[in-house]
Amino acid sequence: MAEPHGSTASGHGLPAASGPAGSGTGTATALLDVQGLSASYGPVRALDGVSLRAESGRITAVLGANGAGKTTLLRTISGLVRPTAGHVVLDGEDITRAPVEAMVHKGMAHVPEGRGVIAELTVDENLRVGSLFRGKVGREEFDRVYDLFPRIAERRDNPAHTLSGGERQMLVVGRALLARPRILLLDEPSLGLAPRIVAQIFGLVRQLVDSEGLSVLLVEQNARSALSVADTGVVLNLGRVVVTDDARTLAADEDLRHAYLGF
Amino acid sequence: MEEFLSLTLGGVVNGSVYAAFALALVLIWRSTRIVNFAQGSMAAATTFIAVAVIDSGQSYWVGLIVALLAGLVMGALIERVIIRPVEGGPELNAVIVTLGLFIAIQGAVALFAGVNQRAFVPPFSNIGYEVREGFTLLSLSPNTIWTVAAVVVTMLLLIALFRFTRLGLAMRASAFGQEVARLLGVRVGRMLTLGWALAAAVGALAGLLIAGDVSFISPTFMDQLIVFGFVAAVLGGLDSPIGAVVGGLLLGLALNYVRGYLDDSLLGMASLVILVIVLLVRPGGLFSTTPARRA
Amino acid sequence: MSDLQTPAGAPGAASDDAPSTATAAANASSAGAGGRSFLPKSTLLRHLLVLALCAVLAVLLLEGTERSTNDQISRIAFYAIAAGGLTLLTGLNGQISLGHGALMAVGAYTTALMLDVDGDPLPLAVIFLVAVAVTAVVGAIVGVAAARLHGPYLAGATLALAVGVPGLTLYFSDTLGGEQGINVRAPRAPDWFVEGIEALSGERGQGTKWLAYIAVACLLISYFLLANLMRSRIGRTWRAVRDQEVAAELAGISLGSWRVLAFVVSAAAAGLAGGVLAIVVRLTAPGSFLPVLSLSLLTAIVIGGLGSLFGALLGSVLLVLLPEWARDFGLEVLDMESAQASQAAFVIYGLLLVATMLFAPAGLVGTVRLALLRRRAARAMSRAGGG
Repeated sequence: MAEPHGSTASGHGLPAASGPAGSGTGTATALLDVQGLSASYGPVRALDGVSLRAESGRITAVLGANGAGKTTLLRTISGLVRPTAGHVVLDGEDITRAPVEAMVHKGMAHVPEGRGVIAELTVDENLRVGSLFRGKVGREEFDRVYDLFPRIAERRDNPAHTLSGGERQMLVVGRALLARPRILLLDEPSLGLAPRIVAQIFGLVRQLVDSEGLSVLLVEQNARSALSVADTGVVLNLGRVVVTDDARTLAADEDLRHAYLGF
Repeated sequence: MEEFLSLTLGGVVNGSVYAAFALALVLIWRSTRIVNFAQGSMAAATTFIAVAVIDSGQSYWVGLIVALLAGLVMGALIERVIIRPVEGGPELNAVIVTLGLFIAIQGAVALFAGVNQRAFVPPFSNIGYEVREGFTLLSLSPNTIWTVAAVVVTMLLLIALFRFTRLGLAMRASAFGQEVARLLGVRVGRMLTLGWALAAAVGALAGLLIAGDVSFISPTFMDQLIVFGFVAAVLGGLDSPIGAVVGGLLLGLALNYVRGYLDDSLLGMASLVILVIVLLVRPGGLFSTTPARRA
Repeated sequence: MSDLQTPAGAPGAASDDAPSTATAAANASSAGAGGRSFLPKSTLLRHLLVLALCAVLAVLLLEGTERSTNDQISRIAFYAIAAGGLTLLTGLNGQISLGHGALMAVGAYTTALMLDVDGDPLPLAVIFLVAVAVTAVVGAIVGVAAARLHGPYLAGATLALAVGVPGLTLYFSDTLGGEQGINVRAPRAPDWFVEGIEALSGERGQGTKWLAYIAVACLLISYFLLANLMRSRIGRTWRAVRDQEVAAELAGISLGSWRVLAFVVSAAAAGLAGGVLAIVVRLTAPGSFLPVLSLSLLTAIVIGGLGSLFGALLGSVLLVLLPEWARDFGLEVLDMESAQASQAAFVIYGLLLVATMLFAPAGLVGTVRLALLRRRAARAMSRAGGG
């Protein structure tokens, strides 16, 4: 992960496009700047003017109950859902209307909810799909992922549908890393996993952020675990941002925890 | 015994063509969840294109290449222009669209080439080898050897494409996990178009092979084959290329025994009976390992 | 509908939207009825009134046109009867069938065989009833298998039926006449009919005219029965089985038997259509029952609007007239052979089928109905807003 991949030049070319300073708490410039994003499924409005910023080298956790719009937010950022209003700016470049396929070229890797492995392909093939867009990729990059997750290394030639839930999560995170992203969008990585596995995966993500300057936008229903690893927390409710604050401050706010976070 | 041997061999020959046709259906089904009922008409159209090329004085081989290219282009165009809007929509809509293409293409072929049957000269002799004094194996001729060889080579090329190339991997990823593949930067739309193009080319090959086998063609000569190809594909589970090949061979054998011991005219009914039994007893196909898919 | 362009997009964003599904005509039909004060409230009475009106119109039409048009009307009638049955199956109950041409063959051959006897055949009404019963039995057998299949699987299985049945006529060529088929001895017009027509319009009420009257009578009776069935509790249950599988099952509705019943009713209509075809065309041969016949029926109901009898009738008119227009055009303008030129009709059917699915999946009737409903709704809204 030595150098960020994608069109960095345009990032410097359009400093003005980063828009008005958001209400975020960060002091560094935002790598990902979401401005007033709205989206609907038919008549149902799922996102209502959501603004947030994810900064380089930090983990931003988006929290909220089921149906708060967390998954829709990620899907709208990566172009799977077309927004009805608002902008998504990545490193100064407006990517609101960019096709889904282009996101990974711009340095954004989205790990969708529900593990997102391609069940019919083997573990190794899944990883190779993650690096397809980069052309030929050296074997050592795959070995690095296997070093990070020895458990999937043992199973590299097995079809992905034979993996356990935890192994699948490791596979999709590893696959996303092969895209050499600058920002990783993680959708409910803890869903259905044992606490020990969750801790292991979150620990690894934290380590990558600290050592490689990766930034992460983490969507989680499991607010307690998410806040324990995140730098900043954004609480969503019914498609709107309720509060944005330092993760530790949020974890300490008892009323907020009871009202929106369920712990 | 000699008759049985001859029928079995003939079954393998026909079965290999059914397998190729089934494979074309499977390629499309697994990437877009659409059964392309227009495949037969499309193959009839490319066969007539090849015949036009051959009539103009070119060799069979030039005709074959033109037919394959025509298949590629037709498949790609149809996917892009007509199928794309109904992909992922209600399944009945997609079925009806492919049936519309079935009728339209068949009508177009008849409009240009006439409704009557016409002879088709195979590239090699259809006269069986005399394997020993007084016993000619009808189903073993230079042309049937070419037929089987052409199908086997096509299968090997497809396996090589899917197993060993990055393009093949991208196509498989698009087929099995559209959304994930898009998120990983795979141009899924292109892969689906390519899948339809390849399938149409394989179908075009099957059309020419069957034309050489029966030695005549008409705009409707592929009507039976679309059913046989579908039955073979369902036998194999509709999702699996290997299953399609095995299903094609099994169907070829079964139908050739029906042809030999009962009558030619019962082939359609026999394929219906086989299809219904498979769908009711093993809807996931003969070799399904995954939990039974609802038919 | 634009959401259909992005298959991997918003889940369920478009597929629940009524206009994007092919069966919108069937959905709109119940809403479109009623609300007209000058028609009786009871569905049965209303249908009887429409039936009487149509009968009068039919007599006027048949007497006001020439022999060749009478013949066209007969052919429209048998297509329309089969299409009416198919639209019930596909439109109302959501089961596609590409095998209705084969079911028509069953009715046609039954009729032909029963007319082809030494001495006087049974009365035509009895023969048609037998044809309907035989086809219904075949439909029940097919329906039992079909009830467990859906979408492309059902399409493939019924297509196999359409391909397989013509072969049977060759296998049993001793009784069924093989490739040449059976020449049908069309029933002679009774004296009262001949005299009646003589008195009515001064024309000869024999041959084609008598057959046209039979065909139209069969059409009216079958549509009357189908219309009542579709509006009854049975029709509503079929719709529920189509749209709300899980809910219907929870409500104690046995999905399988309702699907089989729809197939039986639909097959019965196809059987009658086959019987009418046999006497109108005066020949039953395998060449008349190729898969393309089944596909033509599907074309008729989709273009007309799935689930609508009126749509099925409109589509059938197109099935008869289009090949003739295409042939005339080919003969006169393009200087083609007639058999070849009439193939242009199939190109048009196919393209119309595709275009309907892409741009107006509700078909002719459904699209017009939806537009009317939308206008009415808009007017009601503005009235509510203004008042």
